[in-house]
Amino acid sequence: MPRAFTPKVVTANALLEGDVVYLTADDRWTRNHSEAELIEDEAHAQIRLLDAEARAGEIVGAYLADAIPGPNGPEPVHFREAFRTRGPSNYPHGKQEGV
Amino acid sequence: MYSYSEFDEAFVRERVAQFRAQVERRIEGSLTEDEFKPLRLMNGLYLQLHAYMLRVAIPYGTLNGRQMRQLAMIARRWDKGYGHFTTRQNIQFNWPELRDVPDMLDALADVGMHAIQTSGNTIRNVTADHFAGAAADEIADPRPLAELIRQWSTDHPEFQFLPRKFKIAVTGSPADRAVTAAHDIGLRIVERDGAQGVQVIVGGGLGRTPMIGKVLAEFVPEDDLLPYLEAVVAVYNLLGRRDNKYKARIKITVHENGIEEISRLVDEEFARRKPMFQGVDQALLSAIRAQFAPPVFAEPQTTALPADAAFRSFYDTNTGPHRAPGYRIVTISLKSHGATPGDATAEQMEVIADLAERYGHDEIRISHEQNVILPHVPLHHLAAIHEALKDAGLSTANIGLVSDIIACPGMDYCALATARSIPVAQEIATRFDELKLEHDIGPLKIKISGCINACGHHHVGHIGILGLDRAGVENYQITLGGDAGPDAVIGERTGPGFAYDEIVPAIERLLRAYLDLREDRDETFLDAYRRVGMAPFKAALYPASEEARADAA
Repeated sequence: MPRAFTPKVVTANALLEGDVVYLTADDRWTRNHSEAELIEDEAHAQIRLLDAEARAGEIVGAYLADAIPGPNGPEPVHFREAFRTRGPSNYPHGKQEGV
Repeated sequence: MYSYSEFDEAFVRERVAQFRAQVERRIEGSLTEDEFKPLRLMNGLYLQLHAYMLRVAIPYGTLNGRQMRQLAMIARRWDKGYGHFTTRQNIQFNWPELRDVPDMLDALADVGMHAIQTSGNTIRNVTADHFAGAAADEIADPRPLAELIRQWSTDHPEFQFLPRKFKIAVTGSPADRAVTAAHDIGLRIVERDGAQGVQVIVGGGLGRTPMIGKVLAEFVPEDDLLPYLEAVVAVYNLLGRRDNKYKARIKITVHENGIEEISRLVDEEFARRKPMFQGVDQALLSAIRAQFAPPVFAEPQTTALPADAAFRSFYDTNTGPHRAPGYRIVTISLKSHGATPGDATAEQMEVIADLAERYGHDEIRISHEQNVILPHVPLHHLAAIHEALKDAGLSTANIGLVSDIIACPGMDYCALATARSIPVAQEIATRFDELKLEHDIGPLKIKISGCINACGHHHVGHIGILGLDRAGVENYQITLGGDAGPDAVIGERTGPGFAYDEIVPAIERLLRAYLDLREDRDETFLDAYRRVGMAPFKAALYPASEEARADAA
């Protein structure tokens, strides 16, 4: 039996600032993980990744990251992706800045 | 120290102008990321987890006050007001925006600095003993050779696309503070029959396959050095494996072909290349050497040093013997307890620049241990320097102790990391400061890497910590008995790793075991480990498994 597909979000870094960004269902780039489009179908995920990669003037290094549904939207699964939603742990820099 | 010639100045400016145009073409869309990435990497610009990162070369770790002040300006204007000094004597800015990078590079060029070849499969920034030119135990200042190698390797047309990156370190002291045996090429200045030359060590490196380098030549005369180095790199360039990036470093080439075969090929290549060097390199070396003439040292003054405990501790722990009477080498710790190892704020950089200019012959060094050195300090200025450092939060007296930890940026910044390093270092330092055990434990080198690439040199730490991703959770392996000194040793793994919240208690158990078993205060952790071996430390690290074994028996 094929393995169950883990839902995904499309993530990348913004070309100019380098910030971590996520693709929304309405084709915007958001800096907020919970606003990302949670993709539950593998074929659709590949298409959304292609969509993202076509926007090379806005982002760098798009890839699919595992995510799970949460009460306020998608949540990261792996600790690396959780760090990317916030910023480094030694200073309040990055996305956590000013939150 | 070396100052740029017109050629250097024009070359660096031209590279900045080229990169400015490349950035513009990327932003307007005529360069794809695949096309742009190698270009930005050639100029030291990485994309990390949360932002871009600009890595700036500090050749052989040497700076003057003006350069340090410019790094402070860059940190304040285009970054977040701080910089991170690395284990390769470089500085990294963690938050630049793409559009600003050409301006940052221009600002660097204003003070004779650049970010060229701080990435990519090229010969990287040449590193050297951070006490170079000042150490009492030195045969010769290694920096003229390091500068010669920098000039030879920068934009060397044959060596821009090596099988993998290539790192060279030079020491002029038998004490080897430059970890030469863990470099692709390590050079040690030696004397034979009154003449100076270099011992050439090849094929060292840490990373996923740690290896201690092997001696390729016991003595290469100075005037043969560049053709000899060129022969070594040329042999590697042809023989090094390009099929597998994990087997592409010269350590694997040496391992697979044997040092004898490499030696034979290098000798053949050297014979071909030597006639092409017609003395220009030696003329250049003499001109460089003149620029590294030692400062005119002041006559020693009788000085009563302050008697307060904080100053005494600073003097004993952070200063060392100097070649000139009446002088000390001062190491400024960038490891205040709980701080990020290697980070300095713009304000701190300016204080260091002021102190160097006012009291230290305008010389500053960055160590691979991520501290800053004032190499030439007259004794009578030490008290004033200590006061100024105290005000700037830079007077922590912990050099060579448990909290003087090397840590790579780890998963707080690095896209390659598999776990965090910085908070582990912060928590170990904070814990041992609370326990007030630091000075009792004595000399100890803890080195932490956040992935197998080993930027934190964990293999050669007396205690090495390697952060890994084990099934989606951070996990930390410990190695013991590593040594970065002249007789470098790769540490031995203790056993299973520890979870993030278990690693600091594990280090505490380890060091309490050391305090219990050492013969006296003079027996360092490393000495004790060499005497008693792994077993007692393993028992301290894994008490539960020891109990289980006892139950089974």
